[in-house]
Amino acid sequence: MTQPLHKRESLWFAAVAFLLVILLPLADAFGIIDHFTLNTWGKYLCYAILAISVDLLWGYTGLLSLGQALFFSLGGYMFGMYLLLMIGKMGQYKSDLPDFMVFLGHTQLPSFWKPFYYFPFAALMVVLLPGLLSSVFGYLAFRSRIKGVYFSILTQALTYGAALMFFRNDMTMGGNNGFTDFRFVLGYDVRSPGTKRGLFIATAVLLLGVYALCRWLTKTKFGLIQRAVRDSENRVLFSGYAAANYKLFVFVLSGVIAALGGALYVPQVGIINPSEMTTEKSLEAVVWVAVGGRGTLVGPVIGAISVNALKSYATRAFPDLWPLLMGTMFILIVLFMPKGIVGLPTQLHHYWNHWRHHRKPSPEEEEATAELTTKPTSAE
Amino acid sequence: MNKFLLSAEGLNKSFSGFKAINNLSFYLETGELRTVIGPNGAGKTSFLDLITGRTKPDTGTLNFENNDLLPMNEYEIYRLGIGRKFQTPTVYTDHTVFENLYLSLGGSRGVWNSIFTRIKPEQKQRIEEVLEIIKLTEKAQWKAGALAHGQKQWLEIGMLLAQNAKLLLVDEPAAGMTDEETHRTGELLLSLAGKHTIVVIEHDMTFVRQISKNGRVTVLHQGSVLCEGSVDYVQSNEKVVEVYLGRKAKTV
Repeated sequence: MTQPLHKRESLWFAAVAFLLVILLPLADAFGIIDHFTLNTWGKYLCYAILAISVDLLWGYTGLLSLGQALFFSLGGYMFGMYLLLMIGKMGQYKSDLPDFMVFLGHTQLPSFWKPFYYFPFAALMVVLLPGLLSSVFGYLAFRSRIKGVYFSILTQALTYGAALMFFRNDMTMGGNNGFTDFRFVLGYDVRSPGTKRGLFIATAVLLLGVYALCRWLTKTKFGLIQRAVRDSENRVLFSGYAAANYKLFVFVLSGVIAALGGALYVPQVGIINPSEMTTEKSLEAVVWVAVGGRGTLVGPVIGAISVNALKSYATRAFPDLWPLLMGTMFILIVLFMPKGIVGLPTQLHHYWNHWRHHRKPSPEEEEATAELTTKPTSAE
Repeated sequence: MNKFLLSAEGLNKSFSGFKAINNLSFYLETGELRTVIGPNGAGKTSFLDLITGRTKPDTGTLNFENNDLLPMNEYEIYRLGIGRKFQTPTVYTDHTVFENLYLSLGGSRGVWNSIFTRIKPEQKQRIEEVLEIIKLTEKAQWKAGALAHGQKQWLEIGMLLAQNAKLLLVDEPAAGMTDEETHRTGELLLSLAGKHTIVVIEHDMTFVRQISKNGRVTVLHQGSVLCEGSVDYVQSNEKVVEVYLGRKAKTV
């Protein structure tokens, strides 16, 4: 029973990969879809990567982190530093220094900026800085056995603190305006349709890679322990596993995944500023995961894309109502669709059965039938 | 140098003024099946919490095979070979029965190992053996959450067997079981005695009589040992009758 299921999933994966990496870019190149649409989808795919990172923590390990927007933004900032330096003398002030530094009266580049002229260094920092921050924070939090809502609050505080820091001009990271007006990436014009297409493909490949990695990881014994930590951390400790190490690993991995998404997000939207790392942004990502279906890997992707598509429409049609709409949606989903969009078919199937038999199956029966119809074991 | 597998001496533990464990000393020989009884609040579960590192005593010593347990945390103590079944069944409800046992097997507990390891034939075989013992072979692919209460209790005992623990600490294994299930649980525990050292905490006196045929019974009262001996000795002891059986007799 496992084999056909695996096959069907691989087919789906291949089909989506073909659509994202080949079909959509070709459609864009031949003018079937416009450049704006492709660019918008590139942005959605970055959000989908962020959403997977949230779900890996929340849905799979039971850690509701409100700090994922921070790691996403840090990745964006690290890559943004490279992009900003690549502007060269083409800025408003025709200086070698980025515009905001000239504006603030700097006469030379701060030393920590200098290595960011080199793409490999910037790319390394995209992974390294968020990885380091999540390691230190995670180590301290998990060693002290901070759990549940306290963990959420701490991650929220971390994000908030970082945003305040980045808002400051003397941090020389662009203050509240952040970085913008990018021109070149690896020598190509960032604004040209060709480069944008390239960035879209890169994002699609990254998303597919992250998906495949997480898919594999959650099927290993590690994945079993990860979900065991979520369901019964006590039992995990009394089964000899150092739960803190497992949580730390997931936290760092999620931080790095979010950062990679952020690094590709910045050249596509053309701006990064501290408002991207506020708690609201982290919460939005949590909503995407809840809407799509947490504890699955397809769910966050579907959630990120559908909620953002809705947002694009709603913020144009009735901008003032969007936050209300999103809040209402979140509450309704949590109350009535705990498994999100992905869980909807099963849920409808249950209602259908219920309606047909005019009775509710007992919980044991439900569990048993659910078990028989889904996967047998992942330990094989 | 120490003939006891587990020795606890002069343990004290208070929770905001309430003395849960009061100058408790307890010695366990290898291969014993020891039953611990006592009225509610006597400190039975608190004592297991101290052994397994869930809480730390205020004073006293705890030794297992000449290892000092006090500086160790839960998973370090587990790795010495001390397994625990909780009072309320604590299994991974969203995992299958098979996966529950797989996670409990001995071997490396490292993160990297868990990522790259694959289930080995001998591990599969061991799991099947345990499934046979706890009579859950048919339900190996069921989610543990879908099991009946008694079966969850058995699964949790199975998890200790999979671990191959030297010392099994079993907290109220018969709670919520039918008479027949209780009897079968008793037989299971008796069959394990000798190969493992077992401490069973129990309320049900019929069950206690069944499993302590050849073993010793320790009566706890107000956080310390009231008396210790064969089940007949304990049941005829006046102090025990007064604090425990006497009170129980009144309520029945």
